[in-house]
Amino acid sequence: MTVKTTPAIVSTAEISSVKLWWRSIWRVRWMYLLMAPTLIYFVVFKYGPLWNAQIAFKDFKPLLGVTGSPWVGFQHFETFINSYYFSELMVNTIFFSLAKLLLGLPLAVIMAIALHETWLVRFRTFVQTTIYLPHFLSWVVMFGVLLVLLSPANGLINDIIEKFGGEPIPFLTSPAHFRWVVVLSDIWKETGWSTILYLAALLGINPDLYEAAAVDGASPLQRIRYISLPGIVPVIVLVTLLRMGHILEAGFNQIFVLYSVPVYSVGDILDTWVYRQGLLQFEFSLATAVGFFKGAIGLVLILVANRVAKRLAQQSLW
Amino acid sequence: MLKTKTRGAFSFQVGIAIFLTVALLIVVIPFWRVIVTAFIPLDVYTREGVPFFLSPTEWTGEAFKQLMTHSQFPRALWNSVVITVLGVAISMTLTIPLAYGLSTRDMPGRKLIMGIILFTYLFSPGLIPVYLLITGMKLTNNYLSIILPPAVSVYNTLIMTSFFEELPVELKEAARLDGANEFQVLRHVILPLSKPILLTIGLFYAVYFWNQFFTPLLYLNKNELLPLPVLLRNILISSSLNEYVEYNAFSTSAVESLKAAGVLITMIPMLLVYPWIQRYFTKGTLVGGVKE
Repeated sequence: MTVKTTPAIVSTAEISSVKLWWRSIWRVRWMYLLMAPTLIYFVVFKYGPLWNAQIAFKDFKPLLGVTGSPWVGFQHFETFINSYYFSELMVNTIFFSLAKLLLGLPLAVIMAIALHETWLVRFRTFVQTTIYLPHFLSWVVMFGVLLVLLSPANGLINDIIEKFGGEPIPFLTSPAHFRWVVVLSDIWKETGWSTILYLAALLGINPDLYEAAAVDGASPLQRIRYISLPGIVPVIVLVTLLRMGHILEAGFNQIFVLYSVPVYSVGDILDTWVYRQGLLQFEFSLATAVGFFKGAIGLVLILVANRVAKRLAQQSLW
Repeated sequence: MLKTKTRGAFSFQVGIAIFLTVALLIVVIPFWRVIVTAFIPLDVYTREGVPFFLSPTEWTGEAFKQLMTHSQFPRALWNSVVITVLGVAISMTLTIPLAYGLSTRDMPGRKLIMGIILFTYLFSPGLIPVYLLITGMKLTNNYLSIILPPAVSVYNTLIMTSFFEELPVELKEAARLDGANEFQVLRHVILPLSKPILLTIGLFYAVYFWNQFFTPLLYLNKNELLPLPVLLRNILISSSLNEYVEYNAFSTSAVESLKAAGVLITMIPMLLVYPWIQRYFTKGTLVGGVKE
């Protein structure tokens, strides 16, 4: 788009190179035209919000508009960092991210290895199809499934607890249990799907290695330990780094659907707070500042993660 | 896997099979419970709650009938179909040309465009700035408000780009020599070869639009516009169902059954498309992001 402008005055020596440059652009003019709608889309719908984000540094008044509101510098950021909910939100957010990663990733690796090892080909396909499925369901549907499992009245888990003489537990509204409901339901939903990356890596391992191991009389566990695991370590490293880069993304949709007032103290994350503060309390600037804060940290983390990935796994995240 | 027939290998195989069966059951049992709850007759429910197995003669579709005969549910179902079809159409029309352009290595400005796009992927200022944009554009109560902001996923674009990059360059060159412009190359050379990636990415977008519930809650405040997940959420969290279904003292199904039936209706379209497209992404079209 912007590259199409030519400098008005050029020295004679530059003419040929400018001409060449112009020709190379003219050659792909159709390509630019083809991409133009998408690029305009990006300017409006992705850079438009970035422009609006300046209200993080302003005292936004709807009547004055985004540009008309007065600047206040870092005031909202200071308010947020000094507030009592800052540590609570950060702790909850990071807890959810880390717990989902630390419990979910090993499980996904084990499942991928099991799927790769099994001799029952049809059974493997069937298991794969089934365990990928929950990934494609909305958290609203998951909420319905969780109610059927966890409801104190007729939930399956509470039925079992009662059968063994226990008291039913209101899992979704009990602060002692809510965090684990969030972590485990996410693992239930996503682990199957996340095996797909590890499986692809396992299938990429040179079969000669397994053959050689068989000739040397390696046991199945030795085969996994010395061939399969080293083969997927780069993917494990990449996934871990990517997830660390997104550590402040704790799963807005999930928590928004599952949480309720009794569990705010253990369930509230940055994103849910931004929603409530911004759109229910109309603290637009403060909420945007928190969103901006989260985005900025995310940007730094992902750039660091990418550098580390390049060094450790000789891979770039993008 | 290589089959070495020693006793150790055999018991290892048994262990693996047991492990996978347990994993399978952990995924299947919750769904089974939803199904039983949705099909249970009221008298069985009031007598003994929800049993784990329901005898074959006792199944009843009463809850589904009750949901589908009320005006709100079928309309929400239709709204979801409209949003999904429209959303996928817009998303694909915007994503394909971008991915195609980015896959053309010798295009001047490619790096710049890549940078512009990647930045939006790496830095997002969150919900409020988007909200201000959408309300500022007066898109409230318009399906475009929930379709446009997420219409192009950078992640999906990059997967598609790496698929296009793998296609033989000679084909494009040959078409260009024959005087085809980029529209024609894309239309007649690239797209016919890209069915797996188009279906995979199309499914991803479809799932996304079908599952959306937060932005509809935000931008659509007329009841007749609501998509299925929003209605389902209202039903799941409400204590009085009569707003959404014909529910009163004469109801022929339990509240739990109506909720479970709502969950199943929201899932069913996914269940229908999914196995059909699933075979394309097990073949490795998806791993574009992580190449060996």
